[in-house]
Amino acid sequence: MSPKTLYDKIWDAHVAHEADDGTCLLYIDRHLVHEVTSPQAFEGLRMTGRKVRAPERTIAVPDHNVPTTAGRDIHIDNEESRIQVEALDRNAREFGVHYYPVSDIRQGIVHIVGPEQGWTLPGMTVVCGDSHTATHGAFGALAHGIGTSEVEHVLATQTLIQKKSKNMKVEITGSLRPGVTAKDITLSVIGATGTAGGTGYVIEYCGQAIRELSMEGRMTVCNMAIEGGARAGLIAPDEVTFAYCQGRPHAPKGAAWEAAVAWWKTLYSDADAHWDRVLTLRGEDIAPVVTWGTSPEDVLPITGTVPAPEAFTGGKVEAAKRALDYMGLTPGMKLSDIAIDTVFIGSCTNGRIEDLRAAAAILKGRKVKEGMRAMVVPGSGLVRAQAEEEGLAEIFIDAGFEWRLAGCSMCLAMNPDQLQPGERCAATSNRNFEGRQGRGGRTHLMSPAMAAAAAVTGHLTDVREMMQ
Amino acid sequence: MTPFTTLSGIAAPMPLVNIDTDMIIPKQYLKTILRTGLGVALFDEMRYNPDGTEKPDFVLNQPQYRQASILVAGENFGCGSSREHAPWAIADFGIRCVISTSFADIFYNNCFKNGILPIALPEAERDLCMKDAEKGANARIEVDLAAQTITLSDGQVITFDIDPFRKHCLLNGLDDIGLTMEKAASIDAYEDAAAQSRPWV
Repeated sequence: MSPKTLYDKIWDAHVAHEADDGTCLLYIDRHLVHEVTSPQAFEGLRMTGRKVRAPERTIAVPDHNVPTTAGRDIHIDNEESRIQVEALDRNAREFGVHYYPVSDIRQGIVHIVGPEQGWTLPGMTVVCGDSHTATHGAFGALAHGIGTSEVEHVLATQTLIQKKSKNMKVEITGSLRPGVTAKDITLSVIGATGTAGGTGYVIEYCGQAIRELSMEGRMTVCNMAIEGGARAGLIAPDEVTFAYCQGRPHAPKGAAWEAAVAWWKTLYSDADAHWDRVLTLRGEDIAPVVTWGTSPEDVLPITGTVPAPEAFTGGKVEAAKRALDYMGLTPGMKLSDIAIDTVFIGSCTNGRIEDLRAAAAILKGRKVKEGMRAMVVPGSGLVRAQAEEEGLAEIFIDAGFEWRLAGCSMCLAMNPDQLQPGERCAATSNRNFEGRQGRGGRTHLMSPAMAAAAAVTGHLTDVREMMQ
Repeated sequence: MTPFTTLSGIAAPMPLVNIDTDMIIPKQYLKTILRTGLGVALFDEMRYNPDGTEKPDFVLNQPQYRQASILVAGENFGCGSSREHAPWAIADFGIRCVISTSFADIFYNNCFKNGILPIALPEAERDLCMKDAEKGANARIEVDLAAQTITLSDGQVITFDIDPFRKHCLLNGLDDIGLTMEKAASIDAYEDAAAQSRPWV
């Protein structure tokens, strides 16, 4: 047998039909659904008299525009948001899919709920009408975002029409230095490839620094594969993965668990597998990074300075000029001199327990700088409860952070959590696009520890200085 | 789905790279439960001032481009989120074809579900289209999907690649779901086999 990559193996295990031209029907093991990209799909089923083919494989949870303040289970003020959440409620019940409403402690961001409940397991195909579905690749599951028409296609047929992507290997050798996190890895990779560098590829992240990450860290890395343009990001499952999955509500048990693990252990790229593209970074070379512009590729070590547009080539020169203008920055300015107004810790990128621990470790015994707004939005009700149990919530509240309920919140600002024009935010989310966190809002992406450090000092800060 | 066969129209130039889905349609318009009516919000923050008045400099606000049915754009068009509201807004505005050097994966897929033809060209050829687009309303570009050609206003012909299956579906306005349901027996067989080989799934 010819050597295969991890992606090849998962792909081969899910082809339900292959046409002569290589167009495949790929079987979907898990379909995650949220309120924003699904109403038109359910309506399409209704109009054509179609059913959900596999409701037992379909999991729905409202997350994008739910408020993160108390009382939301009784009433959502914004009428359009309320209608969308109510539509999901109705659709989930009518079509009989698994559902976690806002009143359920298990509710949260769909990409945090899936793994937490054991829906996401190694070797699966996972899709969702959301680009950050890439997150689930951390389990060695082939996971990617789809549009609403494809949501309807998966609901009706449990398959997707697909052609195979190319294989790209991203290896992070060695170990990370203190103060450097999974977020710094994933941003640094995008900085190296550009936001279109992964287009047409499925990326497998490997190497010692990846192996040394927890599942939470691995999810952070894979989450942003889409920001590098890749269809999906993958990490081969190992003992860390199995330990995370074991005992989760929807993970297999007993003999089924043993059989599953036996198969999961075959899910790795063969030593002599073919790679269409390879990128290698040294873990020791990765620094705590921040973004300065309006694309996730606009990333630099915190010790750097704002670049001049002339430092770029091609269309990026104009894009950099526009970004600097939008961000209100001047070339040559030290990144650590950039003052901020708001700190947002949360999102499917960095809203898990380990992220909250990392931020709390910096905030313990310290205060948010006066006049700043700072909020923590845990990724799920269960993450929130665990953080309260571990005493993290108290640290955040004592420091001056708002302690919110679970949801996507200010990552995309569909709910009331938004930036005002010109307001500048240190954010642990995944996109710094123009207007992403509110019209005219300025976003700097970074790790939870870096965001916590910025909350204390009021400007972008090298977290390593606060760790000494 | 509306079939795409040939298109003759005005092309609007948007040379900016990395035009993302938040630029194409910002989040406040994602709260709809319909697919229609989003054209007015296309490129919202680039197109309108905060008070709702038009920004006269924005390309689609200029008289010669108000009727544009083709967009010529910088690389990595449509990057960012999976929101199909982006192609819905583009189609609702009246744009049926986007020409660039590269597209983000999910956006590219979404176009084909909505009767929009995304064409990826080498940079030099995209630049020829951009120059034509910059001429304004006098320069009509013709796109022929069956022949896989773009004919510029001076008669120059550029050919483009497209996946044969996608081309077939777009030319005939085919419904993917209907096509897949014809293969229900294969899906049934797959499910039966998977229930044996991976019973825990």
